[in-house]
Amino acid sequence: MLTLWNVIWFILIFVVITGYFILDGFDLGVGALYPFLGKDEVKKATLRRAIGPTWDGNEVWLLTGGGALFAAFAPAYATTFSGYYIAIMLVLFCLIVRAVSLETRGHDPERAKFWDALFFLGSALPALLFGVAVGDTMMGIPMDAQGNMALAFPISFVFLLRPFALLCGLVGLMQFLLLGACWIAVKTEGELHDKAAALRPKFALAEIVLFVLASILWFIGMGIDPQAGPMGAVFGIAATPSLTIVSAIFAVVALAGMALTFLWATKGEADLKVFIVAAVICLGLCFTAAFGMFPNWVPDSLMANPVTVAEAASEDFTLIWMFGITIVGLPILLFYHFLCYRAFAGKITEADLEY
Amino acid sequence: MDVEILARLQFAFTAAYHFLFVPTNVGLGLIVALMQTRYYKTRKPEDLAVAKWWVKFFTITFAMGVATGITMEFSFGTNWANYARFVGDIFGAPLAAEALLAFFMESTFLGVLLLGRGKVSEKFMTAAAWLVWAGSTFSCLWILIANSWMQTPGGYAIEGGKAVLTDFFGAAFNPSTLARFTHTVDAIIIMGSFLAIAIGAYNLRNKKNEYFGKRQIQVGTIVALVAVILMLPFSHMQATVVADEQPEKLAAMEGQYEDGPADLYLFGWVDEANQTVNGIKLMDGGTSLLAWGDPTKETIGLNTASKNIEQRIAEVRSGEYLRNGEQFYQTVGSNEESYAPATTAPVQITFQSYHLMVALYGCIVLWLIFAFIVRGKINKGQEASSGLLKALYFAPLFPILAIEAGWFVAEFGRQPWIVWNELLMVDAISPAVDAPQLIITMVLFLAVYALLLFILFKNAFRIIKEGPEQVEVIEGEVA
Repeated sequence: MLTLWNVIWFILIFVVITGYFILDGFDLGVGALYPFLGKDEVKKATLRRAIGPTWDGNEVWLLTGGGALFAAFAPAYATTFSGYYIAIMLVLFCLIVRAVSLETRGHDPERAKFWDALFFLGSALPALLFGVAVGDTMMGIPMDAQGNMALAFPISFVFLLRPFALLCGLVGLMQFLLLGACWIAVKTEGELHDKAAALRPKFALAEIVLFVLASILWFIGMGIDPQAGPMGAVFGIAATPSLTIVSAIFAVVALAGMALTFLWATKGEADLKVFIVAAVICLGLCFTAAFGMFPNWVPDSLMANPVTVAEAASEDFTLIWMFGITIVGLPILLFYHFLCYRAFAGKITEADLEY
Repeated sequence: MDVEILARLQFAFTAAYHFLFVPTNVGLGLIVALMQTRYYKTRKPEDLAVAKWWVKFFTITFAMGVATGITMEFSFGTNWANYARFVGDIFGAPLAAEALLAFFMESTFLGVLLLGRGKVSEKFMTAAAWLVWAGSTFSCLWILIANSWMQTPGGYAIEGGKAVLTDFFGAAFNPSTLARFTHTVDAIIIMGSFLAIAIGAYNLRNKKNEYFGKRQIQVGTIVALVAVILMLPFSHMQATVVADEQPEKLAAMEGQYEDGPADLYLFGWVDEANQTVNGIKLMDGGTSLLAWGDPTKETIGLNTASKNIEQRIAEVRSGEYLRNGEQFYQTVGSNEESYAPATTAPVQITFQSYHLMVALYGCIVLWLIFAFIVRGKINKGQEASSGLLKALYFAPLFPILAIEAGWFVAEFGRQPWIVWNELLMVDAISPAVDAPQLIITMVLFLAVYALLLFILFKNAFRIIKEGPEQVEVIEGEVA
């Protein structure tokens, strides 16, 4: 039975995911833009420095999200992480090489090209794959009675690259690129700033187009039975449309955010203001997905054994304890973030750089 | 190949690898904080150079620790899905709390420590250094809570095929949490201080930066002395908990087959066919004496342990795992053999890991004496012998190997259980992940991790060679 605490934790998990997509989102975006904007050593060092002091703390949001999902909805965690095995492992390897390349690049000038390549790849690939994972979860995957992915490898991996999921991946990539460009504009001056600032409306526009396309594919897919032959398997969506209205409201928030980002970026409003609107888009996107699935956590495209929020949830006793820990921990960690971002506020200057 | 074995190999490899960096980082975190505090107090340029050098060295190992730590958290979902389903109510909470309460502290202030010099006050820098260390130690606490719960579960009940939390503090402070935390963190501090000693010895021997070298020896030896002495009560506490809570594991650690008082071996080889140990026996009933203070105290041998575990396996598989009307374990594994797990821990490896760990403690004590001889010489303004300094280069090998061996004892000794007496290893894997997928990722792990280790060592040795910035030290001011 669905309890209040189940719903609270369902929302909280998506709050953490939103936090992760905003904070590590701009880190990933900066990494994905790195080879295109970092045309010389000074620019490269500036870009690395733009995320240098904060990327590690930002990435902890992912660990928090993983831990919270494990604690509050273990079956959903088990189903997705084991079901998307190779994809998750790819993300993992990317994050490992990104972390190591960022910290080592400055100490190891001999292998600069190698570290630059790893930094780019380690940022760009997860930026794409996170969206794909969200898209696949929204569509549902075929599961057995225990909630295990029913397809065998390698079909289980290829299956994840369904058109809607790929479109979601592109929306996510565009969102991270947009956040990255917004952040670079905030943190830098001169040529780098101007180039990044000029990219923002382009990314916003591209994201609007992709998001509209994904929405169309979503509504078409809802009319197709996922079990109806190959067409169904590729396009069909096993949604239970109980909160589609709420989902649609958040979709409007996301679209409005993209439009406003486009407008403000074009008009040349303050860089920080543009970044904040772009961050709000993440909230819209995450909760569009959340309420597109509710009351399922992972819909079953065979329609038999979905992992529902109510079934997957830990007992209320655990959820209440976890809530208590969160109430204590969240303000403290936001305070840490505040201290850290304040210490490194302002544009990056030549004096900050070490190559 | 068997999915269970592959999944275990992968976890063992990635965890052992991650566990190289955890002790290094958490141990060095203390050294970094001490060096930064020293500069905060003296404001001497030579102390600033030392503090700066340590932060630089710390960064490269820290990034490795963070990066390889994500693997561990993810692996419960990717490789151990049934385990996640079984323990989610309990095990997930400490992981989430670790991130929320400890990891944010550690990583945020690491950012300040790395790049904040000149941007924030030295007071803030010093606070940041201590907060990084506190955060990482706190993070150890949460992880060891989770690990201890797998060894000696508490504060739970089995309902609807999974473990359900009934008492938060009973689960968090289960019988082995405190002993495991003190034992592990103390070992980690020995590791940090021995690294400082080795780096100090290098600088003294090559006369590169004698002020830096002296500081490392002076601080390292004191920290190490305290930690090495504290290790005695802490390891005694740990042994007592194992003897009381996991007698089946104790039997494997000493290779004891028959019931009776537990003997104590210095070295040995377990002859599994004849159920004896060939080796140097220190004392009949010696382990009983150490654990309980009574050499005649009887404990179970492996033969009884095997019967106990067999009986317990039958109990847990008789219906406790029911989920959706099907036996939990029936979805697991593809061959019939994996349904019949071993009924004891692998005796030889548990025995050898345990005795290796104890022997390494002996080496640690010996090397600490070497370090004190060096300390005595340099405090008198004399030159320490080159050979002794060279021997100190190898100091960090002993604590890190002891730490890995100790962890082998804990985890091999727990077999065949993943959660002691509640969930079998073989029933805990991800049914959706088959052997080819595990082999692909294992190859990737081997390749990526080997490359990273190679590069890490290259960079670490380069930074050690470079040493801190050269600062004029006025003779006589060296304390």
